[in-house]
Amino acid sequence: MRVSIVVAMTIALAAVAGVGAQTTPSQPSAAAPSGNADEGKKLFLSYGCYQCHGREAQGSNATGPRLGPKPIAFTAFNRYVRRPTGQMPPYTVKVVSDADVAHIYAYVQSRSTPPAAQSIPLLREP
Amino acid sequence: MSQKLSVDRRDFLKSAAVTGAAALVPGAAIEGQQRSAGTGGSPETPAQATQATAPVAPREVDPSDGGEVITTDRPGGDFMVDVLKTLDFEFIASNPGSSFRGIHESIINYGGNAKPEFITCCHEESAVAMAHGYFKAEGKPMAVLCHGTVGMQHAAMAIYNAYCDRVPIYILAGNSLDATLRRPGVEWAHSVQDAAAMVRDFIKWDDQPISLPHFAESAMRAYKIAMTPPMMPVLLVLDGGLQEDPISPEVTSRLRIPKLTRATPPQGDSGAVAEAAQLLVNARNPVIVADRTARTPAGVQRLIELAEALQAPVVDQGGRMNFPSRHPLNQSGSARQLIADADVVLGLELTDFWGTVSTVRDGLTRTSRSIVKPGTKLISITALDLATKGNYQDFQRYPEVDVAMAADAEATLPALTEACKRLITAEKRTAFQERGKRLAEAHATALERARAEAAFAWDASPISTARLTMELWGQIKKEDWSLVAESGIMSDWTDRLWNREKHYQSLGGSGGAGVGYGAPAAVGAALANKKHGRVSVTIQGDGDFLYAPGVWWTAAHHRIPLLAVMHNNRAYHQEVMHVQRMANRHNRGITRAHIGTTIDDPNVDFAKIAQGMGVHAQGPITNPNDLAPAIARALEVVKRGEPSLIDVVTQPR
Repeated sequence: MRVSIVVAMTIALAAVAGVGAQTTPSQPSAAAPSGNADEGKKLFLSYGCYQCHGREAQGSNATGPRLGPKPIAFTAFNRYVRRPTGQMPPYTVKVVSDADVAHIYAYVQSRSTPPAAQSIPLLREP
Repeated sequence: MSQKLSVDRRDFLKSAAVTGAAALVPGAAIEGQQRSAGTGGSPETPAQATQATAPVAPREVDPSDGGEVITTDRPGGDFMVDVLKTLDFEFIASNPGSSFRGIHESIINYGGNAKPEFITCCHEESAVAMAHGYFKAEGKPMAVLCHGTVGMQHAAMAIYNAYCDRVPIYILAGNSLDATLRRPGVEWAHSVQDAAAMVRDFIKWDDQPISLPHFAESAMRAYKIAMTPPMMPVLLVLDGGLQEDPISPEVTSRLRIPKLTRATPPQGDSGAVAEAAQLLVNARNPVIVADRTARTPAGVQRLIELAEALQAPVVDQGGRMNFPSRHPLNQSGSARQLIADADVVLGLELTDFWGTVSTVRDGLTRTSRSIVKPGTKLISITALDLATKGNYQDFQRYPEVDVAMAADAEATLPALTEACKRLITAEKRTAFQERGKRLAEAHATALERARAEAAFAWDASPISTARLTMELWGQIKKEDWSLVAESGIMSDWTDRLWNREKHYQSLGGSGGAGVGYGAPAAVGAALANKKHGRVSVTIQGDGDFLYAPGVWWTAAHHRIPLLAVMHNNRAYHQEVMHVQRMANRHNRGITRAHIGTTIDDPNVDFAKIAQGMGVHAQGPITNPNDLAPAIARALEVVKRGEPSLIDVVTQPR
């Protein structure tokens, strides 16, 4: 069985796909507190978010779902960071402040929308 | 240690000839053979011979002795080579060692260094892992030579991987059995009473032959056992005297190479096959899950025939290349949902059936639950049910299946497919076709979704694993390519985006998750692919690279063409996440999770290491736009028959 090391992690993260359902936000993201994307980038790296979700928050089917550029509503995002239901480790207020989560949220929101796959020759060819 | 007190085997033979000449007329060579075989004499008269050869050897030898026999043109190792040639080994991988110097010399001189050809390795773990990769590309075992002591200890990790991956490795280990004939010092440290003891928990069979006829029988037996499913490594321990000493006339008269008849792989019981067919044909949502199913190219075709007969989805867990990635029934990316909806799950040589139908949460409290619906029938076909050991726990949790066939899945598939076909009515055929159409649409949708996901972070630096995967695919897809290893976890991009059709286009993983498998297994598989003209490609993890990098020298030395593209995320990334998990669970933040888990400060210059071993190498590459030209240059090198490595700095996954 390939990548057996991460199977359990993958399975459980799949169950929290809502966190990564960036294409269909459940609530308007305008509800998010103001955060600074540049600060958020620093935190995204220093808090290790990128380890599972990628430096561009692009996600991985092996470790953690895509987060940006259209994350789920901030309330749900923050709730999941505090009390994840899948394999993601909990980031409590003691470790990551609400302000920090807001910065991180601003960072994942700021990620650019990629070009359509059909516009990239390597992804268009069989 | 005084040279005067050093009595080596040759000296001892010489002195024994002098001592024994009065008692045993046939001569020193015969006696030497008898003693060093470890029996004290011929098998027919052990007691007599022991008595006859018992005199204490002198501690010094007079070189002027005119009666000494100092050369032989027929050592035991030559016969061992005859046997190995009969078994048609192409290669024997080894890091040289004195405990097998006899057979080493016989291979390169008497055997002409062909079939087997001696492959020089820099570490026994590399030798075994090369044999591991070679088998999965070629379908037949490679031999490995190592010290019975220090060599086995180096080899142990790779042997365990092969055991977990059900791969036969034919291991020959040197030893010096007769304590009275050992050279002082190192030869004692390199001798062992029971060389196989250390690895017996994760090999299938072993023996320590005490005569050449015994070796011949055991050599055949070892091959047969290793190649009968479930396939696993085997070990023959070769006494130094048996390798080095002259073959006596008495032994010569008994020498023969027994016929090898391979055992047919075990097929599922006909009643169980019929029951499984009934369940599969009557199921509304059957799912076929395959892991180490396709042992041979025929296995892929057999699985296609069953899936198409049922129009059932196939989940390929990737232990082998079981099912074409672009076949419309390939639904590997939807495994969890399909299994959750299934009413019958057929598991073919699964590593972990329980894990396939369950989920585990690695939280402060570990919880697990089944993901299948109540009443779902589980059918297992695996040869592992015929050979499960107790100590190492690779057998996973106990799966509560409804039909369990202790049989080889590939061998059982034709009977199962035929049994299914006999039960398929016209009405069912129509329903199956409808199911097939839905699955084909789902397959196409999944491919488009994967392509859309790959576009995210397309231009990022460090380079995204999707970009790396597709830049590579863009240039190898026109070749007869073989993905020989993938030692860095790459978010399954090759599974999702590459068009795999042939059995050698994906060779699966290490088996035991022992890191360090990737590089040597890739080199071994590339060695197998060389004569077929295939372009061997590996995606090489940075952590894996550093275990035994000497294998790159082996690749350069033996002119083994291999394109290695690195997934260099500068970390033991799996462990970063594990420590991160612990730190957060303990509410301490993860800012120190890099300690002990990352490979930076300084960054490793992998290209320079490879260049130092004689391998063409480029990098580190951080700009994704530099990848295509680098791959093109590397392919030129590979096509002229040499290895080439590209160090690519990548996203974590």
